[in-house]
Amino acid sequence: MATQKRTVDVALSTTGLDAEGRPQRVPLVTATDGSAVAVEAPPGIEPDLDGEHMLINIGPQHPATHGVLRLVLELDGETVVRCIPHVGYLHCGFEKIGEYRQYNQIIPWTDREDYLNSIGNNCAFALGAERLFGIDVTPRCTVLRVMAMELSRIISHLVWLGTTCIDIGAFTPFLWAFQERENVYNLLEGWVGARLTTSATRVGGMAADIPDGWLDGLRNFVRTFPKTIDEIDRMLTKNGIWVGRTVGLGVMSPEEAVNYGLSGPMVRASGVAYDVRKDFPYLDYETYDFDVPVGTNGDVYDRYLVRMEELRQSVRILAQAADRLPDGPVNVDDPRVILPPKSKATSEMESMIHHFKLVMEGPRPPLGEAYVAIESPKGEKGYYMVSDGTSKPVRWRIRPPSFVNLSAISKMVEGHLLSDVIAINASIDIVMGEIDR
Amino acid sequence: MTGPFQIEYAGSADTSAQVPATPRNVPNRGGPVNPSATDLRAKFAAAIRRVDVVWNETNVYVAPEAALDIIRWLHDDPSQRYDYLADITAVEYRDLEQPVEVVWHLRSLPYRRFLRVKAQLTKNRPLEIPSVWSIYKSADWLERECYDMFGIKFVGHPDLRRILMWEQYREGFPLRKDFPLRGRFSRAEQLRQALAANPEARYSMEELSIADAFEDLPTDMRQRLRGGERTGE
Repeated sequence: MATQKRTVDVALSTTGLDAEGRPQRVPLVTATDGSAVAVEAPPGIEPDLDGEHMLINIGPQHPATHGVLRLVLELDGETVVRCIPHVGYLHCGFEKIGEYRQYNQIIPWTDREDYLNSIGNNCAFALGAERLFGIDVTPRCTVLRVMAMELSRIISHLVWLGTTCIDIGAFTPFLWAFQERENVYNLLEGWVGARLTTSATRVGGMAADIPDGWLDGLRNFVRTFPKTIDEIDRMLTKNGIWVGRTVGLGVMSPEEAVNYGLSGPMVRASGVAYDVRKDFPYLDYETYDFDVPVGTNGDVYDRYLVRMEELRQSVRILAQAADRLPDGPVNVDDPRVILPPKSKATSEMESMIHHFKLVMEGPRPPLGEAYVAIESPKGEKGYYMVSDGTSKPVRWRIRPPSFVNLSAISKMVEGHLLSDVIAINASIDIVMGEIDR
Repeated sequence: MTGPFQIEYAGSADTSAQVPATPRNVPNRGGPVNPSATDLRAKFAAAIRRVDVVWNETNVYVAPEAALDIIRWLHDDPSQRYDYLADITAVEYRDLEQPVEVVWHLRSLPYRRFLRVKAQLTKNRPLEIPSVWSIYKSADWLERECYDMFGIKFVGHPDLRRILMWEQYREGFPLRKDFPLRGRFSRAEQLRQALAANPEARYSMEELSIADAFEDLPTDMRQRLRGGERTGE
């Protein structure tokens, strides 16, 4: 691997300012003449000193592996020669269980796979099931789901940011990120009553409409949250330690990134402008005004920059969604999937029959299959469902973005130092619940 | 391999200049066919069994032995450029007479197309299909998972072993329809096997699959590993 030279304007944001009010420049690597400030990627594999390689096992109970990931590393000195990931410690057979459940009964399972994006998974599953039923949701429900998805993107990116800071050695941004995450969870709690396992959607609509005054809380969050992003940005983006620990690590070229099936911020940091929201849109995302941040170096630092910018773009989308939220029903008017109101179910014969059939048998989609993908915080999350006309899917497949992203870790860490494995692993943003399912 | 890279835009080869939009009122059957399916019919007439459009997504049923050539052509041909393998999975139907289907979800990022390629494997023969690992590196884990869950052998995969279940798992392939939801063995038998399992085996050199580095190790280390010593804890 060739050494990479990339100059980053390095400054520490916490110390004093210079005479012109700019943050003081703290060189990481100073040239002999004291002028150039350059951060170099670690050198490639060092010459074999005595040929003895060491095997080291990280995980599955190591906090820096973000769950129960186990990495077996073959080391030459401190340089990784080979990395063998082992997954599956959290395998619960979600896809098998889904074949024994009605469509609405699967929604609680979608909370528990990528548990940082639970409400986003709910929406994605409902979109897939609605495609199988041939249903278009109501305009109000569409906007509500966009809000839900962007809120959960913010949650997921904040958790990523906080835990990655911890991995790399910064503690303070973790607290700031989790403080804001708490605010988002308070919003979700006010809406659906749950924080982590939301189960907020139903096939054809949502479990609940937003309560009165909820939009004010959202607007308040949209107003205050960018300040926190700016604070974290000031703390990290030009921080010498942060830059030194992230620049030039785990580089994936655009061709490699696409060939390895990377998605989400991983592929965009490598310079491939692929975002499911723009290229294969759903929920009217094409009508929102937002940008897709793209990196050009494909390293850990660019993945950080891309995620930071996505936080800001999510806030933009949230502001637009709050402004355009139309009045009207949340659930579609379709007795095949939506329960009649309780008052009618106990007073009208036809509603009672619908209620009985829906509860006892469940909604039955026609023969068919659908693959519906969304842009989850981790990448392209797809649900592939096959129906044989009964009320339970023949096959419910989760296309897990973390799983495919993680499969490239061997390629990314080879030739880097042991301590950089932690940073590269953190940059993938894995959730083991989604990988093992 | 170093940056900065040129930015590649999805949809760069799409000349229709239409902004993609959220699909609405999608019909169950029929609708516009993905142009790649028509091209495939012209190119591989004999190997294309059926083309249909379900909920706006084009399914191409191909002969299993021709799947690799077809997917390679879809990947390489400049008029197709299916450069992104979204998913590999399999479907077994509740009607056990029906063949098992292997499903590839392909995306062409430059043309913004989505194509589902399917190959049907009859059950009276071994479930084998060519691996597409040589075309897409993302197939590595996806094929391993498909093998792990369905027992489909991807011929040509460099390292086809279980991924989610453990190496010594003997109950079969969990997502097959003849596999009961609670597993084949009773809870008592599962517990007995778990307690009887040799934890040392989890750390053997074979399992770590670093056999070619094995010869470079010092003699005493090799002997210790052959004797079953744990290499990591």
